[in-house]
Amino acid sequence: MRITNLLEIKSVTCTKQERCLFESLSFFLGAGEILQIEGPNGAGKTSLLRIIAGFARPDEGEIFFDTKPISQYYDEFAAQLLFIGHKSGVNGQLSAYENVCHWLQVHGYKVDEQAYELLSKLGLVGLEDAPVRTLSAGQQRRVALVRLWLNDAKLWVLDEPFTALDKKGVILLQGQFAKHLAKGGSILLTTHQDLTTHFDALKTLVLEYQF
Amino acid sequence: MMNHSYWQLFISVYKKDVTLAFRQRSEIVNPLLFFLIVITLFPLAIGPEPALLTRMAPGIIWVAALLSTMLGLDKLFRDDFNDGSLEQLIASPYPLPLSVLAKVLAHWTTTGLPMVLMAPVFALLMNLEAQALSATVLTLLIGTPLLSFIGAIGAGLTVGLQKGGILMSLLVLPLYIPVLIFATSAIDTSSMSLAYGGQLAILGAMLAIACVCAPIAISSALKVSVN
Repeated sequence: MRITNLLEIKSVTCTKQERCLFESLSFFLGAGEILQIEGPNGAGKTSLLRIIAGFARPDEGEIFFDTKPISQYYDEFAAQLLFIGHKSGVNGQLSAYENVCHWLQVHGYKVDEQAYELLSKLGLVGLEDAPVRTLSAGQQRRVALVRLWLNDAKLWVLDEPFTALDKKGVILLQGQFAKHLAKGGSILLTTHQDLTTHFDALKTLVLEYQF
Repeated sequence: MMNHSYWQLFISVYKKDVTLAFRQRSEIVNPLLFFLIVITLFPLAIGPEPALLTRMAPGIIWVAALLSTMLGLDKLFRDDFNDGSLEQLIASPYPLPLSVLAKVLAHWTTTGLPMVLMAPVFALLMNLEAQALSATVLTLLIGTPLLSFIGAIGAGLTVGLQKGGILMSLLVLPLYIPVLIFATSAIDTSSMSLAYGGQLAILGAMLAIACVCAPIAISSALKVSVN
């Protein structure tokens, strides 16, 4: 059976400050596949992810999700997208629980007791009601990553998800990746570390630093 | 599971911003204190002649209101922009203008509404006549949400800049002129014991248009800023 292409990047070009980051970049991502984007600092990994998530327009080319161009069908695409960037969208004044609830409501999910259980599963027992700014960087990252357990988006776009996480956190996260892939979801991520778990459907894309 | 409800989104965004404002009470108190200080500076500068103050009161109260609305505007989208919440709102399956509408109304609840409520007290300081008082409160009630809507467009455009605050004031203050003209004209008319329904109606019409159009403009501005 041929894997259906969930996401198709068609000859995308991005130029920043008169430096070409990548030119005519094309690739596919099928259901159940995970794509790791590698490359040195400044190679354009984050720029590529932001173009794919629809925050930035490519200079040329188009992104297709389910064969539809995302620039025209953005709301449909957004319903199937989970994006966690460098700036993870966690408010420092609110507590971990409030942050999770707010995210759920903004993305159209029901708020239930599950959120509390997940926070304790992710090692935030007793910290659910403390303002997030009082937590450590790794703990703040975990508050953002709770979303991976609470969504039914098909495509995950994650920018450096392992930053500031401890070893246990990295393993926990990769376990969740495997579950998502088994359900037929796709993952696009950038990371400087190699994945410690083996994924059958792992593809890698290397972006070179261009002058 | 997906549970689409526009109301849930609206309430959630509104509640978040109001909760945050109440946690950092300075956000609510500072514009109000600024409003009070500007008003008290005028009698000191131009002399405490009751007749002169009465004549100048509508203008002073309104200019003070304009300036104090500007204080909170810069923060309207900045925190969300810095921590990435804005990206999450854009990548939500709901229309962005709806979230923006909730944010602007939350801004008005925490800065505009307290001003409307305190205006009668401050008007006493300016020796405003009783008949002009109701006009002042009414124009502020209709005018301050309008100020929040117009200002939010400027805030959306400048949120990506490092020091966007001053640029935003320069962009937004000229756009406040029509509001200022009709509001002060309404108060003037009422102090002459004439009907001021016309000016209020025009302010109301401007508010209705802003309510519908501004969220769309703000959303586009935010998308440009996030890019």
